Amino acid sequence: MQKSLHIDPNKCTGCLQCEMACAWENHRSFTIAKSRIKVFTFHKEGRFVPYTCTQCDEAWCMTACPVDAIRLDPVTGAKIVLEPTCVGCKVCTIACPFGTINYVASTGKVQKCDLCDGEPACAKACPTGAITYVDADWTGLGKMRQWAGKTDTNPATV
Amino acid sequence: MKHLIIGSGPAGVIAAETLRKADPAAEITLLCGEGEPPYARMAIPYLLKGEIEEAGTHIRKDADHYDRLRIQLVQARAKGIDTARHTVDLGGGRHLPFDRLLIATGSHPSLEKIPGMDLPGVHSCWTLEDARTILAQARPGTRIVQMGAGFVGCIIMEGLLSRGVDLTILVRSGYMVRRMMNPTASGLIRKWCEAKGVKVLTHTQPRGISAKEGALQVDLGEGRTLPADLYLSVVGVDPNLGFLEGSGIEVGHGILVDAAMQTSVPGIYAAGDVAEATDCLTGQRRINAIQPNAVEQGRIAALNMAGKPAQFRGSFVFNVLTTLGLVSSSFGEWQGVPGGESTEVLDESHYRYLSLQFDGDRLVGANCVGFADHVGAFRGLIEGRVRLGVWKQRLLEDPTRIMQAYLAAAHRVA
Amino acid sequence: MAWTKNVLRVNLEAGTCTTEPLNMQWAQDYLGQRGLATKYLVSEIDPKVDPFSPKNKLIFVTGPLTGTMAATGGRYSVVTKGPLTGAIACSNSGGYFGAELKFAGWDMVIFEGASPKPVYLLINDGKAELVDASHLWGKTVWETEETIKAQHQDPQIRVAAIGRAGENRVLYAAIVNDLHRAAGRSGVGAVMGSKNLKAVAVRGTRTDAYQMANPEAFFAATEAGKKVLAANGVTGQGLPTYGTQVLMNVINELGALPTRNHRDVQFEGAHDISGEAMHEKRPTDGKANLVTNGACFGCTIACGRISRMDPGHFSVKDKPQYHGASGGVEYEAAWALGAANGVNDLEALTYANFLCNEDGFDPITFGATVGAAMELYEMGVLTEKEVGFKLPFGSTEAMVKLAELTAKGEGFGKIMGLGSKRLCTKYGHPELSMTVKSQEFPAYDGRALQGMGLAYATNNRGACHLRGYMVSPEVLGIPVKMEPQATEGKPAMLKAFQDLTAVVDSAGICLFTTFAWGLSDIQPQIQAACEGDWSEERLLLVGERIWNMEREFNLAAGFTAKDDNLPPRLMKEPAKTGPQKGAVSKLDVMLPEYYRVRGWTPDGVPTAETRKRLGV
Ligand SMILES: Cc1cc2nc3c(=O)[nH]c(=O)nc-3n(C[C@H](O)[C@H](O)[C@H](O)COP(=O)(O)OP(=O)(O)OC[C@H]3O[C@@H](n4cnc5c(N)ncnc54)[C@H](O)[C@@H]3O)c2cc1C
Ligand code: SF4
Ligand code: SF4
Ligand code: SF4
Repeated sequence: MQKSLHIDPNKCTGCLQCEMACAWENHRSFTIAKSRIKVFTFHKEGRFVPYTCTQCDEAWCMTACPVDAIRLDPVTGAKIVLEPTCVGCKVCTIACPFGTINYVASTGKVQKCDLCDGEPACAKACPTGAITYVDADWTGLGKMRQWAGKTDTNPATV
Repeated sequence: MKHLIIGSGPAGVIAAETLRKADPAAEITLLCGEGEPPYARMAIPYLLKGEIEEAGTHIRKDADHYDRLRIQLVQARAKGIDTARHTVDLGGGRHLPFDRLLIATGSHPSLEKIPGMDLPGVHSCWTLEDARTILAQARPGTRIVQMGAGFVGCIIMEGLLSRGVDLTILVRSGYMVRRMMNPTASGLIRKWCEAKGVKVLTHTQPRGISAKEGALQVDLGEGRTLPADLYLSVVGVDPNLGFLEGSGIEVGHGILVDAAMQTSVPGIYAAGDVAEATDCLTGQRRINAIQPNAVEQGRIAALNMAGKPAQFRGSFVFNVLTTLGLVSSSFGEWQGVPGGESTEVLDESHYRYLSLQFDGDRLVGANCVGFADHVGAFRGLIEGRVRLGVWKQRLLEDPTRIMQAYLAAAHRVA
Repeated sequence: MAWTKNVLRVNLEAGTCTTEPLNMQWAQDYLGQRGLATKYLVSEIDPKVDPFSPKNKLIFVTGPLTGTMAATGGRYSVVTKGPLTGAIACSNSGGYFGAELKFAGWDMVIFEGASPKPVYLLINDGKAELVDASHLWGKTVWETEETIKAQHQDPQIRVAAIGRAGENRVLYAAIVNDLHRAAGRSGVGAVMGSKNLKAVAVRGTRTDAYQMANPEAFFAATEAGKKVLAANGVTGQGLPTYGTQVLMNVINELGALPTRNHRDVQFEGAHDISGEAMHEKRPTDGKANLVTNGACFGCTIACGRISRMDPGHFSVKDKPQYHGASGGVEYEAAWALGAANGVNDLEALTYANFLCNEDGFDPITFGATVGAAMELYEMGVLTEKEVGFKLPFGSTEAMVKLAELTAKGEGFGKIMGLGSKRLCTKYGHPELSMTVKSQEFPAYDGRALQGMGLAYATNNRGACHLRGYMVSPEVLGIPVKMEPQATEGKPAMLKAFQDLTAVVDSAGICLFTTFAWGLSDIQPQIQAACEGDWSEERLLLVGERIWNMEREFNLAAGFTAKDDNLPPRLMKEPAKTGPQKGAVSKLDVMLPEYYRVRGWTPDGVPTAETRKRLGV
C-alpha cells in the first residue's frame, strides 16, 4: 500500500518545525524559505494550514517538464525532481495547478516534495500530529487530487 | 492499429508515450523532421548559457527509451498527406501508412519581409541547429542585434549575454513581451534589461540588412544604421502547415481541431503549436504555442486515437519567463475582461509587480514580475473557475494573499 | 557557528547600513541575544544618556538557538536604555521575526542616531536599506505590516513595527512583530519612535547563514528536549490548553492575585477572565473566546492564545476590523487589564489586548496604570472633568476608553502614556504607583509571594516576572517547593533563577521551557549548536556575568540600592484575604542576604572580587 502525507490543519499550531525539518533534509539548513512544505497562516480565522504536493495522479509538473527532469518514484509514488537534469525553465511551476512545485533562485532549479524517500522529515518533526504519513486510502486526498478537474464551485465564504 | 505521429517535439513524444500506455499492442511511429533525436526547444536557452550539453535538451534521457516503448523513430519530413489512402508522403517515393495520424509539427519562426534575411549572419533561434550556429558565432564582444522581444526573445538574452556579447534589442512596438505582459510589467522588464546592460530600442523596425566589410549593417530608417556581427530574428512563429496542401484538412491560423483534438478529417488529429483549439476562457479558437499546452493536447489526442475518449478542457494561456534572471509570468486574461475588476501592486525599485483580473468573483488573469512562489495556484484558480466569494474583496485589497485565497476558496481549508 | 557572525549597523542619521563582524570574544563571554546585545550597548553608550536622545542605541538581537529546530528557538530581544525606567531595557519576543533575521544572515542590528524623517529598515538577506515611511507614520502596527508585505509583494516578509503609541513616545510602547507578539516592556517601542524608525522588515532565505557545530548531537539534544516538554504537565498540557492563563485561578486561590492596584490580593471576578473561561461558550453568540492555540517559531509548547471576540460586544459592535481572530489575552495581560483594575469582562480585556497589539503598548503597564488612575479617581484626586469620564474601579467602559485614548494618544490617553509612576507623582501620590524603578508589577503579589517580591525589587529592568520567576518554586514547586511566606534560601534561589534566565534568554529560546527543562536539558543543545566549550558551570557564569553587567550599567546610570525597593503598600499594608492574609513583604530580611550571595557590597555594588571573577 502506498502512503501519503495526511494533513490535518485543525491540529497545526504554526510552529514551523515541519518547514525547518524539510529545509534541513534538503538543504542542510533551517531556513524555512527553502522548505517544500509551507504553513499558511489565516490570521483572522485563527488557522494554520500546512500545504505541500499531494503527488497527484495527473502529475502536471512531470508531463510539462520538457527535459524529463521529473520522474516517478515507483516505490513511494512521489514525483521527484532530478536536479542535475532540471534546466530551471519553471514551466512545471505554472503547470502544477496546486502551486506546490517552486523555483529556488539560489540553485537555479525547482523543488517539490519527494516524500523523503518514504521517511518524511516533516511528519517526524511535527509535534502535534498535524502531519502524518499514512496509507494513501485514508488521506482523503483523492478529493483534493481530483479538484483540478472541477469547475464552477460555490463561492468561498470563509 | 498503426499510429503515425508527425513531429517529435513535446506534443509528439507525449502522444507516443500515452499511446503506448493506452494501447500496448499498437504500432507507433514518430517522424522526426530535423535529423535530431526528439528534443525540446525550450531547453535551448540553457544550452546557450552553457548550463547543459545538447543531450540536456533531449526530451527523454534514457538511450533505449523509445526502443523500450516500441516507438519507432523515423528521421524524415512529411511532404504531404493522402487522407483517402491513409498515407503520409515522405518524398523520394516513400510513403508511410497509418490508421490514425497525429500532426504535431509545431511551428517555425516567422520571416521578416525585409531585404537581407538570407545573408550569412542572419539567423533565428528556434532549432538546435540555430543554437549551434549562434554558439559558434557569439563570442565576447560580438555585436548582436536581436529583432523581437517576445518571450523567446527575452528568454535567450541571458544565454547571449553570458557569452559576453554586445546586445541590442529592437522592438517594433513600444513594449517588450507585449503578448503576455501589460505595459507596467513590460516596462519593468525593460528597465531591468537596460540595468543589465542591454540596449533596448522600441518603436524600431529594420528596413533591411546589408553586408558591409565583413559585418552586417542594419538599416533602421531615417538614416540610422546599426552595425552587427549577428542578426537574430525572433519576431514570432507560424504553424507548420505547408505540407497539408491538398489534404482537405481544414485550417484557420493553425489546424482546426475539436475537443478530442480531431481535425476535420476523421482519424486525423493535431496537437501542440500547430493546432488551433478552443480557449477555455474566451471560448474562441486560438493557437496557444506553449509547452504545457502542447503536452496536454498531445496526451488528449493520443487517448482518443487509442479509442479512449478524452476531452480537451480548452487551452489556457499562461507562461513563465525569465529575462536575465527576472522571473515573470502571465496567466489567462491578463489584459482584463469587459466589466471585470482588477487590482495591482507595484514595487518598482525592487522589480516586483502583481496584477490580478477578475470577472465577477472569479480570477481570470494575472501578470507577475518578481513574484514566483506558488504561481501554479494562479492556474488552479483561473482554469478551475473557482468562485472566490469573500476572498475576491480581500484580493482586491491585497493581491499578494493569492495563496490564502486559493487554499480557502479552492480547497476549503480556511 | 550557530552565530551568523554578522552585525548590521544602521546609522539612522546618515541613512547608512554597514556590516561588521560579530565580536566573537564577546559571543564566547555573553553567548548571544540579551547578553551579547547588552555588552554591545553598554560598551557603546553613555549610561547617563537620555533614552530619547539620538545618542541612545537600539539593538535587535537573536541568539545562537534562534532560527534552529531547538524547541522555542525563535526568540529575539530588543535592547536599549529604557525610557520608562531609565535602566537597561531588554524586551524579549517570539513570533517568527527573530528566526527570519537569522535566516537573512544577521545576529544583530544596531540602530544609532535618529532619522530625520520616518523610515523603515528593509532587509533582504545581505541587502539592507532604509525606506521612506512617511506613508506609514500614524498607522497602526497591523496596517504597517499589511502595507509593507503588500508593497513589496512578499507575504513571507516578517515585520516588527511600532504603532501610534511608539510614535507618540508612550513610555511603555512596545515593538510588535507578527501582528501580536511583542517586545513589550520598558518602552523599547518609544525609543524606536524617537528614532523615527517605524519598522524593521526582514526576509531571510540564506542557507549558509550559520551552521550547527555538531548537527548529529544537536538533533539528539533537541529531540530529547522536545520529549521532555511533551511529557511535562505544564509544557505538555497546561500551557497548550490554557496558555499562561492556566495560572489565573491558581494564583487567585493562593491569594497572590494583585487586585485593584494591589489593594486586594484576590479578585472575585478571576474566574470570568481565566483560561478556563476562554474555553467556555459565550451566552451571546454560542462561541468561545478562544479559537485555538498558536505557536511561535519552532515552539512545541504552543501556549499562544488566538481569540475571536463576540462581534456584538459593545466595544467592537461597529468595528468589523476587530471581529477576526487575533492574539488573545495571556495571563499577565488578563490580570493587568482585568484584576488590576477590577474589570471582569473577558471580551473587553480581549479588545484592550487587541489595541495593545494593534498600536503597540505594553498591556501590563497600561493595565496597572489604569488601576492606579482608578484609585486616584476614587480618592477624588483625579476628577471626572480631567479624565473626561467616570473612572471607578471595575468600570469596563472606562478601561476600554482609556485603552482607545492611549492607543491614539488623545485626551487623557496622553497622561496614561506616562505610566503609573509619573501619573501618581503628577497627582501627588507617588506611593500609589505599583512599580519598581518606575516599571509596573506583573500579576503576582510581592507580599503573597516573598520571593517574587525580592525578584521585583532586584530586577535590573524594573518590576517584571521574566528575570527570576520565583513563582516556579513558590507556587509550582519547580525545581523544589518553597513556601510562599518563607524567606530562607530565597535569595540564593533567586540568584540561580536570574542567572539561569539570562542564559535561556541569551541562547534565543523561551523561558517557558524552564517549567520542564533544567540547565542539563539546555546545555547539550547549546553545546551542539555553538563552537567552544559550554559546560553548565560556564553557562551559569555567563548568566551571572550578564546579570552583573546589567547591574553595573544601572549603577552607572545613577541607580543605587535605594532603588531595590517595593512600594510602601507591599511593605506595610497586609494582604487582606486568602491563604496569605496578613502578609507584608519581608524584603528587608532578604535583600542583604541577596547582596551577599551576589557578591555585592551591602550597598548593592559588585565587589572588586566579584568583578574580577566575572570579568566585567
Ligand atoms: C528558445 C525557445 C524557448 C522557449 N521557451 C518556452 C517556455 O519557456 N515556455 C513554453 O511554454 N514554451 C517555450 N517555447 C515554446 C515551446 O518550445 C513550444 O511551444 C513547444 O515546443 C511546442 O511543442 P510542439 O511539439 O507542438 O512543437 P515543436 O516542439 O516545434 O515540435 C515540432 C516537431 O515537428 C517537427 N516537424 C515540423 N514539420 C515537420 C514535417 N513536415 N515532418 C516531420 N517533422 C516535422 C519539428 O522538426 C519538430 O521536431 C520556447 C521555444 C523556443 C524556441
Ligand atoms: S507538484 Fe503539483 S502537479 Fe506535481 S505531483 Fe505535486 S501536486 Fe501534482
Ligand atoms: S524547471 Fe526543471 S523540472 Fe521544472 S519543467 Fe523546467 S526543467 Fe523540468
Ligand atoms: S515529505 Fe520530505 S520533502 Fe516532502 S514536505 Fe515533508 S519534509 Fe519536505
